[in-house]
Amino acid sequence: MLTKRIIPCLDIKNGRTVKGINFVDLRDAGDPVELAEIYARTGADELVFLDISATEERRRTLADLVLRVAEKVNIPFTVGGGISSVEDVDILLHNGADKVSINSSAVKNPQLINELVAKFGSQCIVVAIDAKQMDGEWMVHLVGGKIPTALNLFTWAKEVEDRGAGEILFTSMDHDGTKDGFANEALSKLSTELNIPIIASGGAGNMQHFTDTFIKGKADAALAASVFHFKEIEIKDLKEELKKNNIPVRL
Amino acid sequence: MWKKWSCQVPKGYCRSNKYVHRTTKMKIVIIDYGAGNIQSIKFAFQRLGYEAILSKDAEEIMAADKVIFPGVGEASSAMKKLRESKLDGVIPKLNQPVLGICLGMQLMCNSSEEGSTQGLGIFDVEVVKFSKEVKVPQIGWNQITNLKSGLFKNVKEKEHVYLVHSFYAPLCGETIAEAEYGLGYSAALKKDNFYGTQFHPEKSSEVGERILENFLEIGN
Repeated sequence: MLTKRIIPCLDIKNGRTVKGINFVDLRDAGDPVELAEIYARTGADELVFLDISATEERRRTLADLVLRVAEKVNIPFTVGGGISSVEDVDILLHNGADKVSINSSAVKNPQLINELVAKFGSQCIVVAIDAKQMDGEWMVHLVGGKIPTALNLFTWAKEVEDRGAGEILFTSMDHDGTKDGFANEALSKLSTELNIPIIASGGAGNMQHFTDTFIKGKADAALAASVFHFKEIEIKDLKEELKKNNIPVRL
Repeated sequence: MWKKWSCQVPKGYCRSNKYVHRTTKMKIVIIDYGAGNIQSIKFAFQRLGYEAILSKDAEEIMAADKVIFPGVGEASSAMKKLRESKLDGVIPKLNQPVLGICLGMQLMCNSSEEGSTQGLGIFDVEVVKFSKEVKVPQIGWNQITNLKSGLFKNVKEKEHVYLVHSFYAPLCGETIAEAEYGLGYSAALKKDNFYGTQFHPEKSSEVGERILENFLEIGN
C-alpha cells in the first residue's frame, strides 16, 4: 500500500540552513547536507529544500547544494525558491534533485508549468501554493503570504493540475507558524477535487495534527519544519503514532 | 574505488563512516542519453563504493560488466532520444546484466500508452496508464511483494521502495516483484540478463542500496 509521507522542510539561505536548528548532534548546525543525512536516517520519506536567498550568486549556490545533497542522501528531495525558468530547473534536476517546486513564477506565468512538464515530465514538477482566507474565501498569496492575488485557491489548484503539475504543496498562511494544526477543511476539498497528490503544509504542532491532516484533510503527505528541527516531534515516534491510527506509513 | 567498511551486518545496514578501498574493479556504465536522473544513480553507486561511468558510446556500453538504463520524463521523447543516440539497437543485444530503472524499465517493454511509444520489446508486456480511481502520478513509498530472483536477495517481503510514475506494466510472466496501487502491477521485471525496476533503488534508502548491490553481484 502507498504510504503517507512525512517531509521535513529545510529553509536555505546562501547555502546554509536558517531558522534555529536545535540538533545537538550536529557538527555544523548550519550545514543542510548533514541535517538532511540525519533526517534520511531517522525515517523522513522525502525532504524539501526551500531557498530564500536573494543574492546574485543564488542560482549557483543552490545548484552546488543540490549536488552535495544528492551525493549523500538516499531518499528523494525537492528544491524550491526563486525558480523561474526552464534553465533553472534543468540544472537542479541535472545535479540530482528529484523534483522542483515553483510558486510565484507559476502565478506570474502559468504557461511555465506546461513548459516544464513538457520538458521534464509531470512527476518532477511540484507547484507550491500559499493561500489565506479573505472574507471567507481562500485566496492565493505571493512572497510568503505578503502579496494577495485575485486567484481563488481551488480555481488555481485546478488550473495547476490541468497544466500538468504532478503534485501540489499547499501552505495555509492562516495556519503557518501557529502550531495549531493544518488547514484540513481546505486540504480535504483540494484532495477531493483534484486527482494529483497534495502535500499539507503550515500549522504542525503535535502528532495529532498529522493524524488529523491525513484523515480529515485527506492529505497524501505532510510537511513541517520547526517541530522536527527542534525535536519537538521525532519522526519515528510520529510514524508509530500514525500507524496506531491505521494510517499507512513506512517504518 | 571506495567501499564501506565491511562489518558483520547485512549489506546496506552498515552505517560506519569508515571507508576502505574496494579490491575488485567492476565496470558499471550508466547509459547517458539525456533522459535520466543519472547523477543520483552515479552517486548511489559511489555510496556503495563503486565508480560508475556515464556513457552513450555503444562500444563502451557493450564492454561494461553491468549496464544501467535510467529514464525519467515522457516516454515518446525519451525513446526519440534513445533512437537519436542509436542505442535502441544496442540495448536489446547486450549480454551482460542490464538494469532499467523507472522509465528505463518501461522503454524495455513492448510499448507504452504514453505518447503511443513503441518500446524495445525486451519484456513482453504493454505499459498502460493508471486509472482515474487513484491519484496520478503515484508518488511515494509503496510495498513490494512476491519477490523473485537474486535481485531481491536479503530483501524482505513488503519492504518499502520509492516510486513516482503515472504508467505501469501489468503483472505478467516476467514479473519478479509486485506492488499495489488500485490494482496489482509489476514493480520489477526480469527476462534473461535484463532486469527492470519501476521503483528508484537509488532513492529507496537502505533497501534500494541492497537491491543495487544485489544487481552488481549477479554473474555475467
